[in-house]
Amino acid sequence: MKQNLKKIALDIRCDVLTCIGHLGVGHIGGCLSVVELLTVLYFEAMRIDPKDPKMAGRDRFICSKGHAGPAVYATLANRGYFDKKELLTLNRGGTNLPSHCDMNRTVGIDMTTGSLGQGFSCAVGVALGSKLEQDCATIYTLIGDGESQEGQIWEAAMFAASKQLDNLIAFTDYNKLQIDGTVEEVNGIAPLDEKWRAFGWNVIDVEDGNDIDEVSAAVEHAKLGKGSGRPTMVILNTKKGCGVKWIEDLGAGNHNTNLSAEQAEAAIRELRGEA
Amino acid sequence: MEMRAIYAECLDRLMAQDKHVVLLDADLAKASGTIKLREKYYGTQIFDCGVAEQNMASIAAGLSSYGFKPWIESFTPFASRRICDQIAISIAYAKQNVKIVGTDPGISAELNGGTHMSMEDIGVLRSIPELVIFEPVDGVQLRAAMPVLNDYPGAVYVRLFRKELPDVFPADYKFDLFKADVLKEGRDLSIFVSGMLTKDVLDAAETLEKDGVSCDVINIHTIKPIDREAVLASAKKTGAVLTVENHNVIGGLHSAVLEALAKEKIPVCAVGVMDRFGEVGKLPYLREAIGLTKENIIRTAKEAVTLK
Repeated sequence: MKQNLKKIALDIRCDVLTCIGHLGVGHIGGCLSVVELLTVLYFEAMRIDPKDPKMAGRDRFICSKGHAGPAVYATLANRGYFDKKELLTLNRGGTNLPSHCDMNRTVGIDMTTGSLGQGFSCAVGVALGSKLEQDCATIYTLIGDGESQEGQIWEAAMFAASKQLDNLIAFTDYNKLQIDGTVEEVNGIAPLDEKWRAFGWNVIDVEDGNDIDEVSAAVEHAKLGKGSGRPTMVILNTKKGCGVKWIEDLGAGNHNTNLSAEQAEAAIRELRGEA
Repeated sequence: MEMRAIYAECLDRLMAQDKHVVLLDADLAKASGTIKLREKYYGTQIFDCGVAEQNMASIAAGLSSYGFKPWIESFTPFASRRICDQIAISIAYAKQNVKIVGTDPGISAELNGGTHMSMEDIGVLRSIPELVIFEPVDGVQLRAAMPVLNDYPGAVYVRLFRKELPDVFPADYKFDLFKADVLKEGRDLSIFVSGMLTKDVLDAAETLEKDGVSCDVINIHTIKPIDREAVLASAKKTGAVLTVENHNVIGGLHSAVLEALAKEKIPVCAVGVMDRFGEVGKLPYLREAIGLTKENIIRTAKEAVTLK
């Protein structure tokens, strides 16, 4: 049991609620669904140094679903990239923490993302760059399930397999919801695992993508893909809005929704078992 | 020598000097003249993305973020309107150092016809903040520009005519990416021209001179940011302006010059594509059909002078 990682994930989840609650609105659902992944990456898997955020040859994380910015910022703050107080500036005029990830504004962000599909191609370019430099870095990237409807995702998938980019580990936040409804209703992407296999990728299916132990084991497993000549896709079956019952119950409505400071505080008390 | 051969020769030199200079293609290396470079660089500095221009643009951004200096190339429509969002977000907004080469601008797409004939690429891209737009007029200028473009630490769109163009500049030409070039000085009219029509404008200016109209001829090789000083100085001197371009008059050089002269009371006429799509044909036919002829330049120049 990874008790320490679980505690960190709880802190990050609470910080996401605090900063979005402080603002009053945000992409809560898709932030809360990826907290366990971010925790495992930044506190266990990645070779990074918060004191040297531009370290040559570091592992990189590219959040192609750029609207999960607040979850990445909360993770970076907990990892020591910047002061947690800065999280309260989220999405305010002049902030360094805009709704979608911006590498030119935020310490620790490796790529500007927000126009869906593009960050994934950028990650493929970064993986190619790392191969050319022979620096042995691992490139991690996260896409959304709704984002998987973008044609560019599959252009990049084809290229990454064709160029044997086995230093690339991608994750799908498979929470099965998008703004207009369920992914299958809107424009179905199932069977996702078979699609990625058919595109020449290693595929790892994680039954509960919000379980730290499962995610940690999957990332360890994915790292073994280096040397296979194939990039790896880890499909994380997650819950959109994970951790706060009433937000989970909003379903597709929790993509970008109002959250008051009081609601955030109540949710945090519930999460910490203080209710 | 064809423009694409000069382009490839320059890329060869740049790649040989610096292994971080890389070239991405989308299945048009033969058309772009870079296929032969693959013998030396394929898999190390040259990569083919296949028919997937959007992916190519964002991969280039990723490579740039890793310290590389990527060039990407395709036909003009697929290097501009097709990948407009990738240029805007992955490249320009993210401040990535990517050079985007669009070949066969405007009517020069000839037999590929209307689908491949971008009349709008400059207009589409000019409104993307911070993007530089450059269109060479001859091999001398292209040769001088390539290392400058490679060293420029930001995104540039290069609008490249592929085939042979007559030399306009002398061998000792000094290139400045942000300064327009005065090709001929005159008193009555300022002609601002970009790209393949520059030699036609010089020929037209000779005839105009004989007809009593003395022209400034200024090559605007960098349409964005336009050299406002040069445009204003010449226009104020002559008091009448003509723009000549192988592009829609909406959004291209004509618009850029009008913006520079917005506060001046100076007539500005245009020779260009009059808001219409292209069609198949060879250049002589297309010049006539679209109105990009020396005769039209002379006629419109005289009209501009009468509007003073």
